[in-house]
Amino acid sequence: MRFVDEFRQPELITRTAEEIRRLADPGRHYRFMEVCGGHTHAIYRFGLMDLLPANIELVHGPGCPVCVLPMGRIDDGLSIAEDPKVIFAAFGDMMRVPGTHGSPLEYKARGMDVRIVYSPSDALKLARNNPEKHVMFFAIGFETTAPSTALTLMRAKAEGIPNFSVFCNHVTIIPAIRAILDSPDMRIDAFIGPGHVSTVIGCRPYGWIASDEKKPIAVSGFEPLDVLQSIVMLLRQLKDGKAIVENNYKRVVPWEGNRAALKAIGEVFEIRPYFEWRGLGFISQSALRLKESYAQWDAEKRFSVPGVRVTDPKAAQCGEVLKGVLKPAQCKLFGKECTPEHPIGALMVSSEGSCAAYYSYALRKSPELVQMT
Amino acid sequence: MISAPPKVRFRDTQVDMAHGAGGKASRRLVEGLFAPLLCGTSTEPLGDAAHIDISGTRIAMTTDAFVVRPLSFPGGSIGELAVNCTVNDLAVSGARAVALVCSYVLEAGLPADILEAEVRAMASAAQRAGVIIAGGDTKVVEHGKADGMYLTTAGIGSLIPGLHLSAAAVRPGDKILLSGPIGDHGITILLARGELHFEADLRSDTRSILPLIEELAAKAGSGVRWMRDPTRGGVATSLNELARDCAFGMQICEEWIPMHDAVRGACELLGLDPLHIANEGQFLAVVAKEWVGAALDALLGTPGGEQAVMIGEVTEQPAGSVLVTTRYGGTRIVDMLVGDPLPRIC
Repeated sequence: MRFVDEFRQPELITRTAEEIRRLADPGRHYRFMEVCGGHTHAIYRFGLMDLLPANIELVHGPGCPVCVLPMGRIDDGLSIAEDPKVIFAAFGDMMRVPGTHGSPLEYKARGMDVRIVYSPSDALKLARNNPEKHVMFFAIGFETTAPSTALTLMRAKAEGIPNFSVFCNHVTIIPAIRAILDSPDMRIDAFIGPGHVSTVIGCRPYGWIASDEKKPIAVSGFEPLDVLQSIVMLLRQLKDGKAIVENNYKRVVPWEGNRAALKAIGEVFEIRPYFEWRGLGFISQSALRLKESYAQWDAEKRFSVPGVRVTDPKAAQCGEVLKGVLKPAQCKLFGKECTPEHPIGALMVSSEGSCAAYYSYALRKSPELVQMT
Repeated sequence: MISAPPKVRFRDTQVDMAHGAGGKASRRLVEGLFAPLLCGTSTEPLGDAAHIDISGTRIAMTTDAFVVRPLSFPGGSIGELAVNCTVNDLAVSGARAVALVCSYVLEAGLPADILEAEVRAMASAAQRAGVIIAGGDTKVVEHGKADGMYLTTAGIGSLIPGLHLSAAAVRPGDKILLSGPIGDHGITILLARGELHFEADLRSDTRSILPLIEELAAKAGSGVRWMRDPTRGGVATSLNELARDCAFGMQICEEWIPMHDAVRGACELLGLDPLHIANEGQFLAVVAKEWVGAALDALLGTPGGEQAVMIGEVTEQPAGSVLVTTRYGGTRIVDMLVGDPLPRIC
């Protein structure tokens, strides 16, 4: 399969892993943060930890949109769905995320109209096809998914579709990285930079990470070779005492980003003064909301939203795991009360969440592999 | 003697879709509620079919319900699926299907030509599989219920001589065989629902696997320890169940698992693991090491078994888990399916 097989070639992967071992200084411990949930998923799915020397530690970052969404937002969104006239539409990722009174799937099982859509435009289509209902799209995601929400809203406005709205939870990646770097318990040596977010925002917005914070960053794709090559780039920079932004995902990431997508975001959204992130708390200017000119399609303005704030269960240490202070298995609930089937924290829900990835794919201890012939 | 009351361990507060998806929740429901109350205190691992004695003759018995949407899809339809699936459940338990009965739950308003097409599909699938349909029942429910048609089949079969299957017989060093490419059925259905807006040249793999299993039994029967058709929940769930039931590990090599490009591509795009995708015409067999050659020859030499392959082996460790290895030395654990497979966005 093109664009996949090239990046999973065993010979190249083996060679890159050897290069990593050659470059890594055995006297030093490295902590690299992979920013995206997609990276975390790939690292576990392809067993990449097995290929790295023990002194390279990968710390899972905040780039899993489902994981960083506080439970109060889910409760707010679902409270709107209790209106029998409302169809609650969201991506599959959201469906198992627990709110205080259950996940969207559990609401659906209780009879509420909850639909999985594959794009915001599918939600708009639902609205066109169900004029007697109101379709609310529960939007999540970083800059990756924000443009398609924006374009859908522009379409809704142009067509004057009255029975459609967006409950906007779009967040932006840069403030989250800044919050992590500002956190006193964080010690990150370098970043495996966001892949799909960068297709939209480009590489320029990461400049300060290199110039001000002196941390190397390599924008990376999600195939095994992408991640390993990015680690090579970071090790080389550290070895040479450099800190620059490198683009290791040139096949889809233009340095300047996607102007049309950014324009759509700018047309529809504005920055919220602050937004709550699960595990990271309130971060100023870290999320998007609909502009006044789109108020008619803004679910938060059309419906009365309780504005719930729910504190995570005390014993759940999602915040520490999200910041990389704790490994998933070090959380008291991991694998006991909190499993992918009965997730307590969101990190256990999304397959990109580090806890779910760790639970599904990682072994507590490595077994002896049997040579199979 | 008074026996202890059966222990119900099912604690979920309501039935969710996941309880029907074939993964962990399904297992919890069956083992925690149905088995203790309906099947007494039997601690036998739950197989695809039950083997029971009737006046000294041992027969196999199974039942299945079909709620597939859409009713027909590339490569098959609900009627054909109902027959094949029951024949296959009997086959992997080591039995040849003899007779089926079927129940139709029909939605008022279902066009008669659709019903006729499904009855015909059932009849021809039964003929191909060499099984008679001995009876049935019909119920009609209000318009808006039952997605047009739900089907239930039950089947009995006679035991295939020479097969002695049990998870308890599985030993480290045994090899895991797979009859052909995985994921065709599940991805075909996903695409046939038309919600994903992409197309692929893919057909459901629904078929009777009885000819393959009879040939396997004839040529390597005494080496076959265990079989399962990896339907809902896919290969990963079937192997996890075996790992749990036999308390050994399963080590499989990702690159050895045959898969059509369209299945791989769809799984990559949707963020699904092909090992969790349903199959309707494949089976897994665990075969003693010394019988692997004969077993593979038997499958490869039978029409429909040309892509049969060894995908891994039973290992001491990690006990109770399934470990996937890659050609470049990475490893990962694959768990049972949790919930329904849901596509990811980013």
